[in-house]
Amino acid sequence: METTVDTSEKKNQIWAFIITGAMLLISLMYYKASPYYMYIVVYVWFGFAYGMMLQYGRFCFASASRDLFAAGVPRMAVGVLVALMFFSLIQATLSSTNMSTFHPAPFGIHTLIAGLIFGVGMVLSGGCASGSLYKIGEGNMTSFLAAFFGLCIGQAIFVDVKWFDFLIPQKWVDSAMAKGLPAEVMTSSFDKYLAGYIWDQPSIQLSHTKAVSEALPGISRYFIADSLLNTLIPAMVVLIVIYYFYSRKGFMKKRAKVKSGPTGFGDEAAGLWNMITASKRTTIMGVIIGMVAGLHIFVIKGMQIKYGVTNFGQVLTRMNNAGDITLKAGEVGIKGTIFDPGYWYITSQEGQLGAWILEKFGWNMRDNIFFGVNNGLPEPWRNPALWMSLGIIFGAMVMARLNNEYKFKLPKGELIVWGLLGGILMGWGSRPALGCNIGAFFIRVAGGDPSGWLYGTGMVGGAFVGVKFFNWWSERKMAKEMESF
Amino acid sequence: MAMKFEKTGEGKYMLDVCGYVCPHPQIYTKKSLEKMSEGDVVLIVLDNPSSVETIVQMCDQVGHEVLERKTEGGKIHMTIKKG
Repeated sequence: METTVDTSEKKNQIWAFIITGAMLLISLMYYKASPYYMYIVVYVWFGFAYGMMLQYGRFCFASASRDLFAAGVPRMAVGVLVALMFFSLIQATLSSTNMSTFHPAPFGIHTLIAGLIFGVGMVLSGGCASGSLYKIGEGNMTSFLAAFFGLCIGQAIFVDVKWFDFLIPQKWVDSAMAKGLPAEVMTSSFDKYLAGYIWDQPSIQLSHTKAVSEALPGISRYFIADSLLNTLIPAMVVLIVIYYFYSRKGFMKKRAKVKSGPTGFGDEAAGLWNMITASKRTTIMGVIIGMVAGLHIFVIKGMQIKYGVTNFGQVLTRMNNAGDITLKAGEVGIKGTIFDPGYWYITSQEGQLGAWILEKFGWNMRDNIFFGVNNGLPEPWRNPALWMSLGIIFGAMVMARLNNEYKFKLPKGELIVWGLLGGILMGWGSRPALGCNIGAFFIRVAGGDPSGWLYGTGMVGGAFVGVKFFNWWSERKMAKEMESF
Repeated sequence: MAMKFEKTGEGKYMLDVCGYVCPHPQIYTKKSLEKMSEGDVVLIVLDNPSSVETIVQMCDQVGHEVLERKTEGGKIHMTIKKG
């Protein structure tokens, strides 16, 4: 038995070395092809780091709200909030030194609705957008189904079809037409929604509002408005609410057993701290993820300054003009940009991969704003954000292998349905808000954009609905199993 | 793949959720414990590492005791006594 365990450990370690070695080799090949590709290499390795951290900390935004509602466990919710708080402080520092790549998103009710759809999807599929990627790295093929058919294919189809035209009011169509974009790139329902509604909504970053700019001089506005007001205080309030409803009772019960006399504020503070530190593994990863996400922004901004660009599409165009590469028509959008978030982000790049695959089957995916104008449709090997997603998968795979937790699991039975359905809902829920649990919630909240909280609220609401459904489903199955007792 | 919840003796149960991913193992564990009486013991067999941390914390909060936790052949075996 011992020999089997040793052999399996050894095999896992060898795989971890092989994967890391392959990633290093790929990085060197990119550098050899062109020093400009260091931009891609940076994304790869930040993705790799995210993957390792997510897997080690079991860091999944789906689990944050789902485990609260399903099992009364606040571990992951605490981890996410801790990460958010640390990340916001670093974001504020970067903003104050003009080293941030953050940009707020259009604010509106659409954010809440999209969050709701995404929230249901992440519970059904068993992982959020980033969680699904790290779980693929653990060998979980239900997550692969969700990511491939939902985030990749489902999302690409969503932005390209006219199926939802019946939901688009005429005033959105008129407004979209007035934007002056070529008709050949404005064909889908999503195009009309994007150009006719989303682009007309205000974007809010607290530090840039008139009131804050007047009240807070200099760089203090980033720390006070974006970090303290938009992130730290709300996150603390949420932590206290979670403590009150999910942890307090159990903690005070244990406290009463060892302490005589009434409990007071000190006990409550100890209870809150106990909840935060209950899962050190997750909380510590929350701190580190927050810091690495900040460092990621700093490094990408540094690369952009070094190359004198604001988007990798400009680098690709420069390489094309110099004859280093030959870009195909439409690889870079008509604005000269490709999808290059400049920070931790999931979903849009998966949509690009889905669109690239669909094009191989004859589907024209460049006749819409999403791929034809804003994000381009680069070859996968020239897509920096897609490399970040691959990095997450391989980073998680290495960590899972090192901890002997890698297990290739094909989805069977009901999991196929939940994976596909959840993935599609995640893909469709991420587009209307222009982001997922990372891009629309985590990054925005920490950057001082209140729409992040709106998305987060929707996500939690969706998770609640998803858990209610699974509770009903599992109760039925348990009753069947217990018939023979 | 099918979830199995069996009574293996007086006050003893077995829950097999191998093949399942989040959130199913933790939901079925919670439901099993709800069906049991105080002092009863359940052996949970699962192969989804992400669920383990949640199950352990759930037990800690509610007052159930994790008697044993081991990994064999890629499967995690957890023995829990209902508190």
